[in-house]
Amino acid sequence: MAKDRKIELRLYVAGQTPKSILALNNITKYCKEHLDGKYSLEVIDLLKNPQLAEGDQIFAIPTLVRKVPEPIRKIIGDLSNEERVLVGLNIRTFTTQL
Amino acid sequence: MKSNKVYIFPKTRTGIDGLDEITGGGFPKGRPTLICGSAGCGKTLLAMQFLVKGIIEDNEPGVFMSFEENSKDLSQNVKSLGFDLDKLIAQKKLRIDHVRIERSEIELTGEYDLEGLFIRLNYAIDTIGAKRVVLDTIESLFGGLTDSGLLRAELRRLFQWLKEKGVTAIITGERGENSLTRQGLEEYVSDCVILLDFRVIDQIATRRLRIVKYRGSTHGSNEYPFIIDEDGISVLPITSLKLEHGVSSEIISTGLPALDILFKGNGIFRGNSTLVTGSAGSAKTILASYFALSSCRRKERVLYFSFEESPAQLIRNMESVDIYLGQYVKSKLLLIHSSRPSLQGLEMHLILLHKLIKEFKPRTVIVDPISSLVTIGSSSEVRAMLVRLMDMLKGNEISALFTSLNHDSRNEMNYITEDVISSLADTWIKLRNSEQGVGKLRSLSVVKSRGTGHSSEETSFIITDKGIEMHDANEAE
Repeated sequence: MAKDRKIELRLYVAGQTPKSILALNNITKYCKEHLDGKYSLEVIDLLKNPQLAEGDQIFAIPTLVRKVPEPIRKIIGDLSNEERVLVGLNIRTFTTQL
Repeated sequence: MKSNKVYIFPKTRTGIDGLDEITGGGFPKGRPTLICGSAGCGKTLLAMQFLVKGIIEDNEPGVFMSFEENSKDLSQNVKSLGFDLDKLIAQKKLRIDHVRIERSEIELTGEYDLEGLFIRLNYAIDTIGAKRVVLDTIESLFGGLTDSGLLRAELRRLFQWLKEKGVTAIITGERGENSLTRQGLEEYVSDCVILLDFRVIDQIATRRLRIVKYRGSTHGSNEYPFIIDEDGISVLPITSLKLEHGVSSEIISTGLPALDILFKGNGIFRGNSTLVTGSAGSAKTILASYFALSSCRRKERVLYFSFEESPAQLIRNMESVDIYLGQYVKSKLLLIHSSRPSLQGLEMHLILLHKLIKEFKPRTVIVDPISSLVTIGSSSEVRAMLVRLMDMLKGNEISALFTSLNHDSRNEMNYITEDVISSLADTWIKLRNSEQGVGKLRSLSVVKSRGTGHSSEETSFIITDKGIEMHDANEAE
């Protein structure tokens, strides 16, 4: 296992829309509960940085991207279903490995 | 062209040969156009040609948003057509954005919208100042995402947004079973809808294009054949069937002085179409060659379509009757194009004719024999095609000569060529072989010649190694 077990997350939003705020609140909460500080979360506002959309193949908003560990995973939506988000990010497996 | 005082919907040139004519100037400017058709019908190519030609010919930068192929594949696919996408991208005239939707790496939870796509497209458009946009094939979104109700609403918003952005857009869609597109995009893109079709009839593949609707504009409603060749897509417009073309009162020689004198003006009008009919071996090709020769001598280019002989064969055979065409082929006054009629569909021949005429700019066109084409199409198709061809030739004031083989028995094919061509042709020369004693008696008669008086007597002639020798009609009596 690599030393760096951090999960790197990026949340793509487009301005302060209710969906984006809800997604941010949701993922922050899940991370705190399940990842015990072993994560980084970067919020990218595409209204400010539109050029970043192409690189991560973003078409829907909000989209949460798990950059590390690979493979890349994407979760589209306001992340309201905790179970799906955790499974989608493979967090459950990750935590059991610890 | 007569000037049109009525309001004309602003249009953007399509960059597709012939399509501007059908659409009365192009796609609706600043609005989306839907191009639909089944897989492999040429949607992507048409869209790409629209962008590339827009850049090259109209200096309008374009964005290609691809939902299927990536930039590299797209670039390779159109390289054979001489489109250098990489160069255009480097010049910041073209932007390709490949939207890859990988179902396996995507999870959906909760509400979302397609704002990301809007931002991406907006960014791409603004970066290069694009005037043209292609979305190919946006319906792929439906394969990657599940909520089709939401997608529909978002697409509706996207098309509206494109309009507000003022870009001329092409949206491609896959043909559905009971609708034009699988997701019913035609309901949202309502300004202009074009359907492409690819069919195999009698083992000959034909591509067709039809304008399903074009709001606020007149358009041709027929199915138009189109081809994809080394220059991209060209559509064959059925040119206006109005008889508005200018006429010439200049008389030109048929190439055979003895034949010229049968006409009152000592020849036929420039821009006329002449039909030469006769059974096998009645010297149709020889007459056609005289006609070509006469044009070459006037230093006017001749395009000779030969459906039975190869160029070399034709040249050699004509040398035996003292007609030397080879020198004119060398000096590029004469272009002989040979092909087998059954090699391709009727439309393909016609489009090829159009293309060659456009490129070579001949003053004289010969089709020898036109009856060969009759064997590969149904009578109505052949009729329509010949009308179009003749119309085009007349419109360009090109003198034409068609030969037609008559079978001894009266069958359907005879009727087609005789009925269709003879009514369209301005001059009709009939050749006849009759058995007389041990030899053949050859004779020729002018059945009709519009606008000029002509001898109606049958004139006999012989073929020697010096060519056709006619007997003076009065002398023979």
